[in-house]
Amino acid sequence: MTALLEVDHLAVTFRTEDGPVLAVKDMSFTLNPGEILALVGESGCGKSVTAMSIPALLATEGVTRRGAVRLSGQDLTTLAERDLEALRGRDISVVFQEPMTSLNPAYTVGRQITEVIQRHQQVSRREALDQAVGLLVKVGIPDARRRCGSYPHQLSGGMRQRVMIAMAVACDPKVLIADEPTTALDVTIQAGVLQVIRTLCRDLGTAVLLITHDLGVVAEVADRVVVMYAGRAVEQASVHSLFAAPQHPYTLGLMGALPANALRTGSRRLAEIPGLVPAPVDDPDECQFAPRCGRATSECRAARPQWREIRADHWVACYHPTHEEAG
Amino acid sequence: MTTVAPESVVMIGRATRLRRRFLRRPMAVLGLVLVALFLLLAIVGPLLTPDPLAQELTSAFASPSAHHLLGVDDLGRDELARLAAGARVSLLAGVLSTALAMVVGVPIGLASGYFRGWIDPIVMRLNDAVLAFPFLIFAVGFAAIFGASLRNVVIALSIGLLPTIVRISRGEALVLREQDFIGGAVADGARPRTIMFRYLLPNSLNTLIVQATVAIPIGIIGEAVLSFLGLGVQPPNPSWGVMLTSAQQFLVQAPQLAIYPGALIAIATLGFNLLGDGLRDALDPKDSR
Amino acid sequence: MGVFILRRALSSVIVLFLCSVAVFVGVRALPGDPALNLAGESATPQLLAQIRHEFGLDKPLPVQYVDYIGQVAHGNFGLSTVDQIPVSEILVQRIPVTLELAFLAIVVGLLIGVPAGVVSAVRRGKFADYVSNAFGLIGLSVPHFWLGLLAIWAFAVHLHWLPASGFVGLGEDPVENLRRMVLPALVLGTGLSAVLMRQTRSALLGQLSEDYVRTARAKGLSHGAQIRHALRNSLTTVTTVLGLQLGALISGAVVTEQIFVIPGFGKLTVDAVTQRNYPVIEGVIIVTVFGYVLANLLVDLAYAWLNPRVRVAGAER
Repeated sequence: MTALLEVDHLAVTFRTEDGPVLAVKDMSFTLNPGEILALVGESGCGKSVTAMSIPALLATEGVTRRGAVRLSGQDLTTLAERDLEALRGRDISVVFQEPMTSLNPAYTVGRQITEVIQRHQQVSRREALDQAVGLLVKVGIPDARRRCGSYPHQLSGGMRQRVMIAMAVACDPKVLIADEPTTALDVTIQAGVLQVIRTLCRDLGTAVLLITHDLGVVAEVADRVVVMYAGRAVEQASVHSLFAAPQHPYTLGLMGALPANALRTGSRRLAEIPGLVPAPVDDPDECQFAPRCGRATSECRAARPQWREIRADHWVACYHPTHEEAG
Repeated sequence: MTTVAPESVVMIGRATRLRRRFLRRPMAVLGLVLVALFLLLAIVGPLLTPDPLAQELTSAFASPSAHHLLGVDDLGRDELARLAAGARVSLLAGVLSTALAMVVGVPIGLASGYFRGWIDPIVMRLNDAVLAFPFLIFAVGFAAIFGASLRNVVIALSIGLLPTIVRISRGEALVLREQDFIGGAVADGARPRTIMFRYLLPNSLNTLIVQATVAIPIGIIGEAVLSFLGLGVQPPNPSWGVMLTSAQQFLVQAPQLAIYPGALIAIATLGFNLLGDGLRDALDPKDSR
Repeated sequence: MGVFILRRALSSVIVLFLCSVAVFVGVRALPGDPALNLAGESATPQLLAQIRHEFGLDKPLPVQYVDYIGQVAHGNFGLSTVDQIPVSEILVQRIPVTLELAFLAIVVGLLIGVPAGVVSAVRRGKFADYVSNAFGLIGLSVPHFWLGLLAIWAFAVHLHWLPASGFVGLGEDPVENLRRMVLPALVLGTGLSAVLMRQTRSALLGQLSEDYVRTARAKGLSHGAQIRHALRNSLTTVTTVLGLQLGALISGAVVTEQIFVIPGFGKLTVDAVTQRNYPVIEGVIIVTVFGYVLANLLVDLAYAWLNPRVRVAGAER
């Protein structure tokens, strides 16, 4: 299968008053057509920055981006802003974390959806409105035609996120980037919104890059997972393989923090990974997880571990992955 | 625009950062210099210049000379001496009215924001009412009732400045009361008074200092306007406003008499405004650049 | 929306009540006995008592207040002590002049301030931003009355382009009226435009960093369309600022009229104080309060109309 989206040695540096911040150090992964790929990690690991780099939504000033981002073979990092504009919302669209603030409070929901349709398709206002109603029906908003005249503040958080999804899929994009789409929502609403993303994208054949810190969400919707730590990928595998046999100690740690596992082990508290995420100010040639890792040896501090394929399509960047211990 | 903030930031010494941020802005530094010059003129100027009230009627409108560096006015008084004395009046009016407004307004604002309850809406409504009311109409009424004098100008100005101070300190208290350390202090049994003056006040200081640099020039212009209209400092006492009133009649033969005091008002005000902008940017970097 | 209007109207009534009490008490606190003023220094105690009775001055204060409000409601502010003309008549003559000046100044302020603010925010850090900012700071720092004097000196004394002062009614000769209003309106409008420029700039900058602008960008909208999104939300701030500036505008009008010798409301005010013309002062303050409350109500309505969160009632979930 040829990759739809290819992120190739991406590095992102922010210039701040206190010196450069290496938000993403070296990220490479691919997204295949129609698949749902989850990008997982703690907050601050650079997963959102990675996602926002793809359609070049980071600030234009004070940000340095290296590496390539290829969509169907075309390198997006070389495109001019005008070409990127034509591409955003049509080929790549985004659902953001904050449904409360991501919609314009001054415009009706309908207007905000028709806007993206009319931007990328040659249709009349009326047709665009009909499409918008259809989209709202698809994302499960009752009384869709009347809702088109509503303002965002009249909708609940879950409803707003559904509107965001409708807006994102309006032009039938190849890639949908969902940046923590359910984090800001009540737990009871999260499942419904995830379901909408999954079924809609399966129907449309849209590939999804799902950014989350929640392995529960990953298990529910993703096909494949990339685990990220301190600006780098440390493990990637199919969901099945990852949950069946997690290799990287960091992945294990994340899983230990899952409520279900806490229940299983009978522990009253969620397991926490000891230590803190390292400050993203330098990039030493060592395993950045070593200071927090129970398996760390002098080898880990001497040089950065390289990718190794543990099983078919299960990659890990670690000197001491789980299977070796077992075996 | 549309930044994804770096999620971890390394801290350096706060004061150093502040100074560095402030000094990096040329406009802020210019403001500081202008304010310093104004202070110098107001504090030292009157000591070095002749009596601003002494008249030499024979030499009215005389050009600058070694004796009178900026010439003399319509009544033969030394212009520079009057400008320096006027600077002192401006400084007094600006600083005293701001100080008075702060002393009254900050406790009201902090209490209103911290306690909320029934007191808050009342304070805010009154505050809005005063805030948007034409200050000059109020000052005119005030001068009509209590008489025209520098003291009454300062009182009227401080009442005019009050609502902004109340609103801003209330806003500070509203934010601070949600912070953990206030909750901790309450849990430790700190009395409301202690919380207000030991916790809320010191933590609002940055904002209040910026506010003071904004209020002082308003006071300076206010005094000048009121004196210009004859409702403030009374002639023959010097004030930049009084000087402009008399200069108005001699615009044709001696425009410089109208230019000097006005330019000084503009420079002093500009200095404080630049200083205020610079301080705010240095203290609150997210709104800057 | 209905509830909102009702609430605003109610609070306006409260403000009116408080201000009328303040004026009432303030006027009673004025130095001098009004009965003595009317009767003259040589009046007998009986005459004074009779006058007090006639004018209701012997009644309890609350009763006097109600009488007073009744008089004011009928537009009866008494006679000007200087020329014995009814104060209401003077006010009716003077107010339109000031309204014209204020209106022209608002037009000047909006035409200069809002576009300058938008350009400055959009071209942030560029040359246009520096120019706008410099203009904003200078406009904020230069006092009206000095600017007025400079304008007279430059345009009237030096260049003889425009008359220095003097007033011709709009009804008498509209062209000449406008010619004479140009300088005052520019002088008064400059300060307003400086404030509007700074507020528009910071409001627009704030809105441009909001999440929904990022959404607009992610939708593929052009830079211009993103700015339109943000500008729509900044307009509420501009309206609020304009409302808050109304008071400053009236204050500015007082000074401007004094400099350009325009027989408006502001000049009336200052003259009344220098002549200790108390009935006029009283009328001026009451009318100002009323006008101010009315103007604020209008601003609030404009604000509500611009902001769907206020216009469209409550969240339906």
